[in-house]
Parts: sequence; structure tokens; C-alpha cells
Amino acid sequence: MDLLQTKGIEKQFLGVKALKGVDFAVKAGEIHALMGENGAGKSTLIKIITGVYPASAGSVYFNGKECKFRSPLDAEHAGISTVYQEVNLLPDLSVAENICIGREPRTKLGFIDKKERKVQARKALARLDIDINVGENLSSYSVAIQQLVAIARALDVDCKLLILDEPTSSLDENEVKELFKVMKKLREEGMAIIFITHFLDQVYEVSDRITILRDGQLVGSYDAKDLPRIEMVAKMIGKTPDEINQMQAGIVKNTKFGDTVYEAKGIGRVGTISPVDVSIREGEQLGLAGLLGSGRSEIAQIIFGVDPHDSGTMTMCGKPVNFNSPQKAVKAKVALIAEDRKVTGIIPDLTIRENILLALQASKGIWKTMTLKQQEEMAEKYIKLLRIKTPSGEQLIKHLSGGNQQKVLIARWLATNPKLLILDEPTRGIDVGAKAEIEALTQQLCGEGMAVIFISSELEEVVRDCDRVIVLRDRKKVGEVAGSDISLKNVMKLIAG
Amino acid sequence: MNKSSNKFRHLIWPLVSLALLLLFNAIFTDNFFKIEVKKQDSAQAVQAPSVPGNPSENNVSAVDPTEAAAKAAAEEVEAAKQTVQESAGQEAQAPKKDEKGVSIFGYYLYGTPIDILNQGSKVMVLAIGMTLVIATGGIDISVGAVMAIAGAIAALLISMLDAGNCVGAGMGPAWYWIIPVAAALVLSTLAGFWNGMLVAGFGIQPMVATLVLMVAGRGVAQLITDGQIITFDNPGLVFLCNGHALFLPFSVWIVVAMYVIAGLLTRKTAFGLFIESVGNNERASRYAGIEARRIKWLTYVICGFCAGVAGLLAASNIKCADSNNAGLYLELDAILATVIGGTSMAGGRFFLSGSLVGAILIQTLTTTMYMKNVSPAIVQVPKAMVVIIVCLLQSPVFRAKVLSIFASKAAKGGVQ
Repeated sequence: MDLLQTKGIEKQFLGVKALKGVDFAVKAGEIHALMGENGAGKSTLIKIITGVYPASAGSVYFNGKECKFRSPLDAEHAGISTVYQEVNLLPDLSVAENICIGREPRTKLGFIDKKERKVQARKALARLDIDINVGENLSSYSVAIQQLVAIARALDVDCKLLILDEPTSSLDENEVKELFKVMKKLREEGMAIIFITHFLDQVYEVSDRITILRDGQLVGSYDAKDLPRIEMVAKMIGKTPDEINQMQAGIVKNTKFGDTVYEAKGIGRVGTISPVDVSIREGEQLGLAGLLGSGRSEIAQIIFGVDPHDSGTMTMCGKPVNFNSPQKAVKAKVALIAEDRKVTGIIPDLTIRENILLALQASKGIWKTMTLKQQEEMAEKYIKLLRIKTPSGEQLIKHLSGGNQQKVLIARWLATNPKLLILDEPTRGIDVGAKAEIEALTQQLCGEGMAVIFISSELEEVVRDCDRVIVLRDRKKVGEVAGSDISLKNVMKLIAG
Repeated sequence: MNKSSNKFRHLIWPLVSLALLLLFNAIFTDNFFKIEVKKQDSAQAVQAPSVPGNPSENNVSAVDPTEAAAKAAAEEVEAAKQTVQESAGQEAQAPKKDEKGVSIFGYYLYGTPIDILNQGSKVMVLAIGMTLVIATGGIDISVGAVMAIAGAIAALLISMLDAGNCVGAGMGPAWYWIIPVAAALVLSTLAGFWNGMLVAGFGIQPMVATLVLMVAGRGVAQLITDGQIITFDNPGLVFLCNGHALFLPFSVWIVVAMYVIAGLLTRKTAFGLFIESVGNNERASRYAGIEARRIKWLTYVICGFCAGVAGLLAASNIKCADSNNAGLYLELDAILATVIGGTSMAGGRFFLSGSLVGAILIQTLTTTMYMKNVSPAIVQVPKAMVVIIVCLLQSPVFRAKVLSIFASKAAKGGVQ
């Protein structure tokens, strides 16, 4: 019998359908992996199950009864506990205080019974085979222990279903093993666990069943042992393996490349990305492929100097360089259009003109300025060139649509006339037309001799546009394909491992 | 047309408030707008402090400022004759008290509005630095204490120099007043550097980082003056806030010069753009290649320099350095002036002109209170009320609410 069952769950956010009729079931005593690319609807589904959002349609059955939880606390009382990616406990309180917060044992006079609290905390941890001093501050323990304390806290209530949302993303290998041990132990005790992760190896290591979502729809639920990896990736991305076989790179690609623009040997950063070699020539478009969290963006950040590398060397046009800040990279004519447009891209309250001007002005410094007229001409030029839809360059950038904001950011970097342009998810969250325009633009720039590094979770884009693809998995480079070898099938094989 | 109206939109509400306040004074305060042209001779200058209602001359409890001011006023006579910058020192060197000025330089304007500008000069200067700091998303609550430090070092040095070099009180070679002025500015700029280091260098929250100097600064000033209130009557130093040049108090020209320089520095270079960019989205600015930390640091340095100038003006005004009271709570006035002027505390767009109007508004308010004989003890209460009204007027949410109330009333009326 299913412990948790959802039927026809739908969720609508301001006209956007995030979930379209999802049926999902979890049995007691199983570890169930919930898989899907970003925006597939995993977290929305979890939030509906735990009462963060109400569903627009459909129903949730828990323990055989239909439930409508109004808050996560409501769900917790019913026996559903959730542990999120970031440990959301209080680091400056003791372990015991954290475990018992909100349900402290009381003495007869109504004061908190500190002794009893420690006893309860120890008991909760013992269930996970952890023996630590519960009087110590939480922050004095490693992230892994903190994660386990969070789980212990979740289990302290009479818990039947445990939801783990990306619990392993901040853990190292040994810590992950510890966590899995605990998960398996809980499974034997008959608990149901929903496990969300981006790490494919981990899915197969502990999961009994796998449910895949795509674009807010259920793709299917499978027994883990019956679902080969390549098939799982195919389902997540929305292609059957047959389709992948049929699709071959049809685009004739530029094979005449110039000199090496940028070369990195063994650059890496502990805890972020294992040492990797990257080199790119004039006119070449290099793709970085892999699932989210595989280390794609991390490489871009290291090349651009946002995160300094702690191993390896880099050269730019043959000269040794050391980009340990974006300023240095910008001055050496490297450009990065980073992944999160809102956080790392736009300056919302400045005008389009000022946003375009920014990187060029930053490379010139404070004193060398352009006249207002020159600035306006430059803005006008890029608004026309990139077909940015706006009444004028004096419009604030925050009033533009996502795709047009992205074009302004591209304009910002084209204005610096870069030798190496890194595009991290340039097509995310923008409409189909703008996507095609941006793809065409990068092809054109390569034709003009610019080196482009292209990062996208949409593998088709990578396969279609790139001359060479570096494939990453679990923060390591697992392979490289070039020229006619670039096909969806080959890349996916490498991603799945 | 549309473009320019956008450019000055932030000024509308502070200006409206200021106009209302002036209107109030025009109706209820006698002789508020009376501006006389006076000849700069000692007899008239001595009268200067006894303005009708004796406005705000002293928020600061100083040692007998009136008497000191009278002495200093005698020195103003010569000082105003030459060009703004140089006149002070050179002229004071050769006092010619009896010579009545005949050229236009010998005259100056005199009246409550002029007095407001003179008294408000400290906050106006402070507001420049504060505006830039707030635009980066920071705040500097140490400026009042830095003013005290600047005043203390200037007073100490000038009294030492006077004792060593001066022939008679306020009559000796006066060029050396430059030394204490320079020392005060260097020291206050260093204080700003320190604040910038804590905020931009070490990432300490601005409020906490500048709290350090806010608390410790007055102690430093006390150390400098050895706990004494140091009085001085060096003509050069006294001239800063009591002298006149080209019809106006010299302090007004200092304010004008500083606003012009600040305006050029921020708008004719890319400095202003970078400040707004960093204040609006620091991370994205860094990704665009702007050295965000350096920009932030620089604004604190400038803010410290402005505090130094304000500190010199404050000390010059009362001819002494009072470590406990110089610039007390002026950081709050400077922050208010900035906010009234339309610069958001969250950082981003900043408006120096708005801050200037804000500072004038605050001073007009203070002066009005004193002229209406509001007791200094409760003067902050009506001041707070006016400030909250200005802030409410600026709030789009509040305006929309008020408008909707009116609109619904009008609609009801229409139905009937």
C-alpha cells in the first residue's frame, strides 16, 4: 500500500503552469528518488505535499486519508518531515537546543527541563548511530553532522515520511556515505524517504524507485534497477534513446580556427571543481555540458576570476596570466555573462545605456569618460544590432523582459570587444525567438574570430552550436568530444557515465 | 522637457516642503526675509550675532560665543576684500580696522535667510559625503565625532602656534592657520580611510564599523585637547565661518565650492555611475569589472574629508573646540538631509542637489524653532514631525493611499 499518494496535482503561478496533473506515490520502507532538470517542478511538488503551497487542483493522500496541509508544521504533525539543502538550524545554539526547539520538555513549574532535553536529543541522535556532545554549539560540528542533526530533528517527531531536498550538495564523499548509511537504516525501520539530488551516481546507490518529472509533467515512475542511466537522462531531457540515435549533428561547422586564445592547465578549486584543462582558439565555440551542479558554471567563474583558482596555471594569448578578480579578466578582454541574470547581471535601477556602458567604463577606469552623446550612440547601436525592444536607451533595465535584459548584458560585453566570451545559460528563461537570436549571434561572433565558451543545460543547443564539448560530471571533467563526434548520444553517454 | 522634468523630480517634494516652511515664516515671523546690505566695518559686524530672535547660533554650549564672535567680526572687515580663497590669510595679516570699505567687496548681505545658510553650512557639507556613502548602500554615523576630532586638532595646533608666533591676539602673521586646517583635514580623511577599511576592506557592517569611531572619536578628541575646551581667536581660522566674501558668509562659498567639486567629481567622471552601480547591485558590479570595494572605500574617505571641513566650520563658528558637543547628532541631520533629498538608504541613485535642499530645509526648520522661541529642550519634537511629513510626502505608497481616499470620496460625491 502506498504511504503517500498524489492524484492529478496541478499548480499555477500567475498564469504559468508549474505542475500539470502529477500522480506520484511513495511506499513505506522505500527510498524514492525524485528527478528532473531545473524547473521541472520537483520543488513545487514537494512544497504542495508539505503544505507550503495549496494545490490548484488534485489531491494528496497520506496514510490512506486525503490531507490538506495548511503549513509545513501541519504536515510535520501528520508525520511528514523535510530537510532542505541549506541546513536551516541555528548555528549558535547547542545541538540539544536545536533538536528540541519548539517542543522543549518542561519541568512541573513550566521552565525548560534542560536535563531532559539533553536526554531526548541523545536519544534522537542514537537512532542515527551518532554519538556527539549535545551541549556543544551546532556550528562546532561539520556540515555533514549538522545535516544529520537536521535529520535527527526531523525524525524526532513521529515521522513516517522523510523528504531530503538536495541533502548531499555540500557534503564530501565520506560524509555522503555516512548519510546513505543512515538513510538505509531508516528504510529498514519502515520509513519512506523522498530523495532529491542532481548527482546521478547517488541516485543509483541508494534509491529503490525513481520518478522523473519534466516541464511540470510526470514522465513516469520506475524501479531503479530497470532503468538504465542513459534512459533516465533521456527522459529527464525529453528524448527517447532512439530519437537520440537519429539525431546527428547536421550543422556544418567552421573548422578553421586561429591561434589559441586562452589555455588553462589543471585549474581547479578545492570543493568546487577538480583540476581541469581548458583551451580555446580564435573562432572556436567550446561547450561545457553536464547536469546542474556538475561544475559547468564553476569553471566559468574560475576563468573569469570570480572564484580564484587554487591550482593550475592559465595563459591568455600565450602570456601567463592570473585572473584572481573579474577586473583582471575584464582588462585582458575576457567577458562573462553569468548564470543568474538578476543577481550577477543587471543593475536594475540604472538605464539601458548605463548598463551597456558599465563594463567598458570599468575597464577604462574612472577618469576616461565618454560624452553623453557617445554613450547614447553606443546604446543606440546595440539596441539596433541586437533588436532590443525598448522605447529608448533611457529606460530602466528592470522594466525590460528577461530576453531583452539578456541582450543588454550581451551588449555590455560586446562593447568591451572581448577576445573570449563566456556565456553561462544565456538562453535560460527567455522566449524561443530571443533564444534563436542569441544562438545565431554567437555563431556570427565566432565567424568574426571571437572565442566563445557556451554553457547550457539544453544539450541540443550545445550539440548544435559547439565545435568542441567538454563534458562534466560530479565536478570532474569526464570527457571531451570534438567535430563530427559531437552528438546528443555521445554527450549523453558521457554525462550518464 | 520630459527628460529634464525626470531629472529634477526628486527635488519636487523637498522644495515644496521648503517653500511651505518659508511661507509659514513669511506670514508668522516678522522680518524673516528682511535682508540688509551692510557695510563691513567693525561697529556693524559686532552687531552680527544679535540677530532678531538670535537663531540657532547655539545648539552648542560653548564658552561665551557672543563675545568671541564680536572680536572675530572685527577681523572680517579686511578679509572679504580679496578673492574668495586667498583673501582670508593675506588680508588678516595687515589689519586696517578703521578703513571703511568703499568697493562692493566692502558690503555684505545680512538677515535670517543668510544666517540659515551660514548655520546650515556644516550639515550641507556633511551631506555631500553622507550622500555618496549612502548611495553605496552604506552609512557613516561617525561624522559628528570626526568633526570633534577635526576641531580639536585645529584648535590645539592654532593655540600652540599662536602662543609661539603671535604678537598680539589675533593680529600676528596669519598664514600659519593653514597648518591646523591641513592637519584637521588630513586627520579626518584618515578617519574616513579607517571607516572605509572596516567596511570595504574587512566587510564589517557599515553601521557597526562607523559606530566604533562614533563612540571612540570623541574620546580621541578629548585626548587631543587634554579634556579642555580650547578657545582661539586666530583671524584666519575664525574667518571660515564668521567672515564674509562677495556679499555672503565665507562658509557659504565653501559649501558652494564643495558641491561644485563633488558634482564634477561624480558626474563628469565615471565615479558617480560606479557608486550607483555598486549601491544598486554590488555583486553584478563586480561581475562587470568594477572594483566595488575600492569605490566604497573611497566614499568613506570623502565622507571623512567632508566631516573634517564641517568640523573646522563648527569650531570656527564658536571659536573653540568643544570635544563633547561639537557636531553632536549632526550625523543624524546629515542622514536626514540625504534621505529628504531623495537618495534611498538602500543605495543606488543619489542626488547631491537634493541633499543640499534637504540640509537647508533642516536648518530652516531649526532656525524657525528658535525664532518662535521654542525651548531647545523640545525643539526636536516639531522637527521630527516635519521630517516625517516630508518623508511621507516622498513615499509613493503614502501618496497613492491619500489619493485613493480623495478619489473614493470624490466618487461617492459623484454618485450623490
